[in-house]
Amino acid sequence: MTLTVRNLSFAHAHKPTLAGIDATFEARKLSVILGPNGAGKSTLLACLAGLLSPDTGAAHLDDEDIRNMAPTARARQIGLLPQGAETHWAITSEALVALGRIPHMRGAGPSADDRRAISAAMSATATESFANRPVTQLSGGERARVLLARVLAGEPQWILADEPLANLDPGFQLDILGLLRRQAEAGKGVIAVLHDLHHAVRFADHILLLHEGRVFAQGSVSEVITAANLAQVYGIDANLFKDEEGAVQLIIKGKISS
Amino acid sequence: MKPRSLTSLLLLLTVAAFMLSLMAGKVWIWPSAWAADNADGWIFLELRLPRAVLGLCIGAVLGLSGAVMQGYLRNPLADPTVLGVSASAALGGVVAIYLGVNMLPFGLFACAMLGAGASILLLLAISRGGGPIGFILGGMVLSTLAGALTAFVISIAPNPFAASEIINWLMGALTDRLVADVGTALPFMAAGAVLLLSTGRALDALTLGENGARSLGINLFRLQWIIVLGVGLAVGASVAVSGVVGFVGLIVPHLIRALYGEQPSGILLPSALGGAILTLTADSLVRLVPGPGEVRLGIAMAVLGSPFFLLLLLRYRKASA
Repeated sequence: MTLTVRNLSFAHAHKPTLAGIDATFEARKLSVILGPNGAGKSTLLACLAGLLSPDTGAAHLDDEDIRNMAPTARARQIGLLPQGAETHWAITSEALVALGRIPHMRGAGPSADDRRAISAAMSATATESFANRPVTQLSGGERARVLLARVLAGEPQWILADEPLANLDPGFQLDILGLLRRQAEAGKGVIAVLHDLHHAVRFADHILLLHEGRVFAQGSVSEVITAANLAQVYGIDANLFKDEEGAVQLIIKGKISS
Repeated sequence: MKPRSLTSLLLLLTVAAFMLSLMAGKVWIWPSAWAADNADGWIFLELRLPRAVLGLCIGAVLGLSGAVMQGYLRNPLADPTVLGVSASAALGGVVAIYLGVNMLPFGLFACAMLGAGASILLLLAISRGGGPIGFILGGMVLSTLAGALTAFVISIAPNPFAASEIINWLMGALTDRLVADVGTALPFMAAGAVLLLSTGRALDALTLGENGARSLGINLFRLQWIIVLGVGLAVGASVAVSGVVGFVGLIVPHLIRALYGEQPSGILLPSALGGAILTLTADSLVRLVPGPGEVRLGIAMAVLGSPFFLLLLLRYRKASA
């Protein structure tokens, strides 16, 4: 199962945001989209989620053009964790998680399947203990987990997360990354937009590095995260080495003065 | 209390408020006299019954529209008037009175509905693809424009009587509605209410923001159409028969949220009931104020509603501090 984009271009108000993007994302992998601010990461994710229609090219889920899928059918396959952790009303955590079932709901109330998926999602994210608390009263870390549970409750094959770690302390960041990792290991395709290079190096199976609306590099961690690439894309001076366990370690030394 | 028992209570209160509205007035008419073949029976059938039915329906659609608008815009300060439909329908009604079309059967109603319809089309054209922000700005522009034109029509009224008739109508009241008026307005309100009640799931999804809702397969463009049509039909028809009655759409969803929690779909039906209770009760009370005339319902609602709303705001501030 793959999510692919072929020759995808998108312009925001006549300003090109993405140009000629070719990329393939696979199930069972945690793919990370990296790139500086304004590189087009969120735009690409929105195209993959079917929220934006590319100007040229297309995003395909297996062989089907995402734009040709019925919105509800698409929503059952592709779950999106949007940027910003928006929650507008003080509904309970459980009610929020239940929103993830909307693409599946037919009748008035939740079915047995819906209830099972909701409780499975809450137990996977360890959010049952505050099921009855209003989401507005949760800490940032708790809310991030509830919002992720909302995506999981829809049981999508693909999980797209747009900066899921923003505003979380290091512990909560690792919680969320661990949850995403486990979803990939369970067979889902996970695509996350991240900013933290250390997290990308440690958790990603596959990295897509965007720069000025184009694919700068893609592949495994060691293929993409090189000192030369980081210097060119971010203008940073980084040291990369393998530790005694063979894992890639990254040390950012500073900004390259231009 | 559980939502189900709460709803039963609201239903009971609605029935009670409806009964009160049938009985209360300068002349109290007890149920025993409802079928009587005398003046009381006539007052009941020709005046009280249509008025009570109208109060029930107007209150219900205003409460429901308010709940939908607040859910859609995710803003507890929104109400049906932000769409400009009320102001446009009012302009239609005012033009009808100015031209004397209100003397024809259904003349005023038709003009007001035309105003509401025009505002719906304009709103959809203005806010196309703009999302809630384009929508709310479009509504504000329409509201302001319709208000200015209304003032203009009043200023060129041929004589003080015409001007006072217009102003009086604008203030909103349920008095002296004929069975025919009520019969004309009801289908529009019912159609609007059905549309609005269908938005629950989409409004719930909007709790996650626009991208969240769209990623759940919600078509926001379609939702916007349904809301504009629903509010346009329901509120347009209510203004057409009763003038502008404010505050119901703003206050009622707040009260209901305090009882039912904040899930947007959960407060739609209860807000309709709450709107009916508030409107029927207020309309019964204005009849009981001693004096020669009657306090206009629109005025009473604003006078009672504003301090109440201020109180709510203060409580919110305290809660969020």
